[in-house]
Amino acid sequence: MHALYISLVSEFYKSRKTLAFWAAILLPVIICGLISFGFYYDAEKIIANHYPPMLLWAHYSGAALGVMGFLIMPFYVIFMAFSVNNIEHKNDTWKMLFAQPLNKFSIYAAKYLYAVLLIFICLFLFATLTYTFGHLLQALVPKFNFSQYNPSNILINSYAKLFLASLGILSLQFILSLLWSDFLKPMGIGFVGTIMGIITANVGWKYAYLIPYSLPTLALRITKVKKGADPLAFPVFTQEIWTSLIYASVLFIIGYFIVTKKSIK
Amino acid sequence: MGNYAIETVGLNFNFGNQAIVKDLSLQVPKGSIYGFLGPNGAGKTTTIKILLNLLKSPADQVFIFGKEITSNRIAILKRIGALVEQPAIYGHLTGKENLVNRCILLGIKKAKADEMLSLVGLAEAANKKASKYSLGMKQRLGIAQALISDPELLLLDEPTNGLDPNGIIEVRNLMIDLATKHQKTILVSSHLLAEIERTATHVGIINKGQLLFQGTINELHLLSKPMLQIEVDNTESAGAFLTNSGYEIVAKTDKMITLPYTSSEKSGELNTLLIQNGFTVSSLYQQRKDLENLFLDITKTN
Repeated sequence: MHALYISLVSEFYKSRKTLAFWAAILLPVIICGLISFGFYYDAEKIIANHYPPMLLWAHYSGAALGVMGFLIMPFYVIFMAFSVNNIEHKNDTWKMLFAQPLNKFSIYAAKYLYAVLLIFICLFLFATLTYTFGHLLQALVPKFNFSQYNPSNILINSYAKLFLASLGILSLQFILSLLWSDFLKPMGIGFVGTIMGIITANVGWKYAYLIPYSLPTLALRITKVKKGADPLAFPVFTQEIWTSLIYASVLFIIGYFIVTKKSIK
Repeated sequence: MGNYAIETVGLNFNFGNQAIVKDLSLQVPKGSIYGFLGPNGAGKTTTIKILLNLLKSPADQVFIFGKEITSNRIAILKRIGALVEQPAIYGHLTGKENLVNRCILLGIKKAKADEMLSLVGLAEAANKKASKYSLGMKQRLGIAQALISDPELLLLDEPTNGLDPNGIIEVRNLMIDLATKHQKTILVSSHLLAEIERTATHVGIINKGQLLFQGTINELHLLSKPMLQIEVDNTESAGAFLTNSGYEIVAKTDKMITLPYTSSEKSGELNTLLIQNGFTVSSLYQQRKDLENLFLDITKTN
């Protein structure tokens, strides 16, 4: 446990000056900032639509959630899986890492957990900033009716789903980035996978849920369908989420065996 | 077994079908500076990686401090510091941050980082990004990383690579210091015998994965047989004359004849013989075959 902890601390120490770490913070700040700025700028027009509070929130949070879920999220996850491993490939430091008196599982698990943590931080900030900026907009433009509805449940549920649904991609990409030191192979496979995932999810192929890359899209699509009826009632643990978690755990274990068998050249 | 810091017993290692290390039996005594010599591609780095358990060795072939490596990996790694090939340095971190990161991983005080930086003469460059370091500075940082945990056993793979003459002397003195004053055991690999000769107490010579020689540096010296060099006019006929007189000629150039050295009396007799037969001997001396040639001989014949 101690080995896992120090490995995790070291992962943070190593990456705290890299884009991978800052992306987790900058991405939500920039996207939520831009959307809020848009809402502020177009306040008159939006107010003229007379959305009920819940729909206004849906409209507002959907802007970030939509962009994130369909496009940025898979690529962000692919990038995280890549950068956590690339820091060792690029500097040729795998040999140093595995020559430390630490068990291999801790080194591997710390890297994986760190990627999970970065994704969590990113999505957590998305949810928090959506909430905060919404209320900030309300304060700046009192005619908005953001304050008349509490969106925390829907935000927490949506982002929790997005987070859990992306773990399958993370585990798969993590193995690819662990095996290959170059950028193009994992990125290329991830790119093709993501496109395939979006298409299969949108055409409603019944086995689409078996492709990890389609899971974030599927998870959010169901959110949207159910939102019309009772927005708070949609369950977090749906089929896609379970599939994602199963993929994540199986691939995580496979990844560990790859690490133990791997000879460090 | 108790006296060896490193012992391998008939170690074999293959990459696919290619045998990299064949039946290698290293014996590195505690407290020694063991020069691990061999040409490029002889299997030195592979062996060092096996000693660090980076490459999987068959069970019961590698023992460090008397313990089998695969079943005691962590306990053994705690006692080893290593520099393998290029130093493993994060380019986006400063020299100091690289060492602090190592402190985190080893669970030691971060103050140790500064201490190490001064030891390897990088104190002034502590806050410079490691990617901006020169090759020699990177090498020093690599050595600092290997030393930071104060390990009993140091595995240094070509540590003087890229260092200028001053740096080479510093590393050499540091190694001697560590072994004599701090009782460390050091295994240092090199393809330059002259380098090893100055520091090592023990030598192992490896070529194509096989250990060709292992012993103390004195034992290696004994292997080199002395030669008698004779500078003489007309080496052609002098050579022919000596061969006819029953001498064995090892080498002959247009200025010099080389024969095995036996004793000073014999050399004198040879001199007289040549002069009496009308040859002009301008010089005659005994020469020890230098280790460089010996090394080449040992590695060539196999």
